[in-house]
Amino acid sequence: MSSIYRTLSGGTRRDIALACLAVWFIGLSYGAIAVASGFPLWVPAAQSVLVLAGASEFLFIGIVAAGGNPLAAAAAGVLVNARHLPYGLALPDMIGPGRPMKRSMKRLLGSHVMNDESVVFALAQEDLPRKRAAYWACGLGVLLCWPAGAVLGALIGSVIADTGAFGLDAMFPAVILALIVPALRERQLRCAALIGAVIALATTPFLPPGLPELLALFAIAVKRKPA
Amino acid sequence: MKDPTLFAAGLITLSAGTFAFRLAGPVLRQRISFPPWAERLLETAAVILLAALVATTGLTEGHHLAGLARPAGVCVGGVLAWRKAPFLVVVLAAAATTAVLRLLGIP
Repeated sequence: MSSIYRTLSGGTRRDIALACLAVWFIGLSYGAIAVASGFPLWVPAAQSVLVLAGASEFLFIGIVAAGGNPLAAAAAGVLVNARHLPYGLALPDMIGPGRPMKRSMKRLLGSHVMNDESVVFALAQEDLPRKRAAYWACGLGVLLCWPAGAVLGALIGSVIADTGAFGLDAMFPAVILALIVPALRERQLRCAALIGAVIALATTPFLPPGLPELLALFAIAVKRKPA
Repeated sequence: MKDPTLFAAGLITLSAGTFAFRLAGPVLRQRISFPPWAERLLETAAVILLAALVATTGLTEGHHLAGLARPAGVCVGGVLAWRKAPFLVVVLAAAATTAVLRLLGIP
């Protein structure tokens, strides 16, 4: 750990700490929303450790809370997390030298802490030692902050009696919207997202919960149209 | 959470599937190369799924349109996020707008 700390510049250390703080806060809203949607505390707690991928966890509890099939919700969540495959292909070796047994253990933990933030910080560094240090610092930071935020949020959420009066139901869509706004600045993605949203809204009155979101994927066809 | 077994199966599927995608990249790196268009396709799919979720959870309740208070709150949050307001401000403003509208008697 101390070698991770020394390898990174002060600016990078501060940026990673801020990113982890943001993750902690999203975790806070995630835990509160999960409990407000009727899930017991162990659901956000277990998911935040086992899944460790915010957007897909929101998607999963959102669809299940609306009455959707948990397996369909899981399929949608796994699809959202498919982006980790190209992440892993784009990263250089984050494991480093060592005995085969130790390398395997590091490989398993190193894969689990792969997320948007740790990949971005790793790719932004210039050389391999710094890439590794940034990846592990941010990955382990998120591994601590995300579940910590989720559990605290769930505890806070369970003491609020009337969640509707506090507008907690508006927090969930606002969180997801804030997460995808950077992608929406790109015209093509914005068009696809808008068409997907329209498909989901138009089919919601007729379909069981969870299916409209999956049907929205047909909007992917607009991607091929030249801008 | 009507069926705890089914719910647990969903949770395990999501955890295992996510971990499989995370592990696959580093393991496959030496053997295959991933074309940029496929990467782009995955990114687009993720954004579409999440945008659809914003629309359904922000605007509908069951099979019907929700009242005015929640969509208004989400819109306020969206505008603030677009104008690069901090995450904390976006989320609290969305909840506050909805709460105030409900206090005024708007559903």
